Amino acid sequence: MVTRGFSGRKPPTDTDARIPPGQYLEQGFPVLSAGPTPRVRTEEWSFTLKHGPRPVKTWNWKEFNALPLTKMTRDIHCVTAWTKFDTAWQGVLVDDILADAGIEPLSPFTLALSFDGYTTNVPTKDLTTGKAMVALLYEGKPITPDHGGPARLLVPHLYFWKSAKWLNGLQFTERDEPGFWELRGYHIYGDPWREQRYTGDP
Amino acid sequence: MSDGPAAQSPWQTVTITRIEKRTPRVTSFFLRPSRPFAYRAGQHVDVRLTAPDGYQARRSYSIASAPESGETIELAIERLDDGEVSPFFHEVAAVGDEVELRGPLGGHFVWSDSDGGPLLLVGGGSGVVPLMAMIRHRAALKSAVPMALVFSARVWNEVIFRDELIDFHDRRDGFDLVLTLTREPARRPADHSRRVDAAMMAQSIVRLPAPLRFAFVCGSNAFVSAAAEALINAGVPAGLIRTERYGV
Ligand SMILES: Cc1cc2nc3c(=O)[nH]c(=O)nc-3n(C[C@H](O)[C@H](O)[C@H](O)COP(=O)(O)OP(=O)(O)OC[C@H]3O[C@@H](n4cnc5c(N)ncnc54)[C@H](O)[C@@H]3O)c2cc1C
Repeated sequence: MVTRGFSGRKPPTDTDARIPPGQYLEQGFPVLSAGPTPRVRTEEWSFTLKHGPRPVKTWNWKEFNALPLTKMTRDIHCVTAWTKFDTAWQGVLVDDILADAGIEPLSPFTLALSFDGYTTNVPTKDLTTGKAMVALLYEGKPITPDHGGPARLLVPHLYFWKSAKWLNGLQFTERDEPGFWELRGYHIYGDPWREQRYTGDP
Repeated sequence: MSDGPAAQSPWQTVTITRIEKRTPRVTSFFLRPSRPFAYRAGQHVDVRLTAPDGYQARRSYSIASAPESGETIELAIERLDDGEVSPFFHEVAAVGDEVELRGPLGGHFVWSDSDGGPLLLVGGGSGVVPLMAMIRHRAALKSAVPMALVFSARVWNEVIFRDELIDFHDRRDGFDLVLTLTREPARRPADHSRRVDAAMMAQSIVRLPAPLRFAFVCGSNAFVSAAAEALINAGVPAGLIRTERYGV
């Protein structure tokens, strides 16, 4: 349906192919969250890999930072319709976390866990083989608390609510258990290219 | 452009039935959905505009009306001068026009009378909109849930829904309005003239007759960060605080 009198502010055409449907290009870096910004001090930070309720391995800040660091520069897509190009992150690939724990993926689904109780579900295969990391640096600097610092998940090929902020663990789950937003009307998977925003989207 | 089968595409066409200027920068648009539309106070909708060449822009807007308000829903849209969608509404949209809308959306920043209280609502600028839906919901049901609104605006004339809010306050039935103006002196006895801070939050909380059940904070990023911080410094447990950020 064409809207009378609307022409819009189109992005430059050379970038069109990089912008998923329904998204617009954002130069800033908006902040979205369901609650106040938790204050997580690196001295009290820890990251735990779990199989169901059972902890498999826990790292403190120093131990985690000793894991191999990888750079990832990616476009990110927020479900509130902004897309940001070429965001540059550094962190620990989920593959390297599993390797350090000496395990293969333990189940087909994973729940990301945050210090503030936030959760989000991601199929395990979307986290491995170089697709996702636990990011520690943004643009070469520690991630600010507003953007999920000290550590956040980065799953750039899914809508950004999957890239859980203030991450403190990954939990293998047998079933695809909806997380915080998934329980509140958002899509269980969240592929920006298929516009999987809300429950019921194809 | 086809939307495909209705079951897979919740977009619907809505008609603008009334336009009402609220403040110099905020105008309310009353929309009549073509399909039945039930929502909860605090939810938002997505609005989609389409250019003749197929280019589309979509933005989220909170619903200002109470769920009980009948067949139209109210959106209150602030004009951002260099924006894409809000200037369209302010300059182009007219009564009788149709736009596409999807919703209601959002299941976290919501409140129903049955959720109980007391509630502290903290709004900055257009962030008052979903809070207004909660306040109107309370009034429509003649609910006894105690509710306080701390509303930050730059100046008196930019206090969206000002007369209606003062009217609710003056009923003295458990709704308490505190305005804080950041660029003008306060005008009412209990009002403030500064940015929100912990002392202001604490002052509003002690006036509530029972311990706080929830705090809802809405506005720009910067406002929400500052207000949530102020609530925590005023001793409100983080788990009680719900926030909605409008970006920018
Ligand atoms: C859940 C939710 C509910 C909301 N409810 C409301 C509501 O009730 N009322 C309301 O008024 N708003 C609300 N908003 C905000 C609303 O969705 C829009 O963000 C707002 O109307 C601005 O949209 P716009 O298209 O006019 O501006 P945009 O085009 O999105 O621009 C926003 C700002 O970004 C800057 N900008 C954009 N593009 C560029 C660029 N290329 N270069 C430089 N700067 C740029 C502009 O300066 C502008 O000020 C809500 C947002 C959310 C997420």
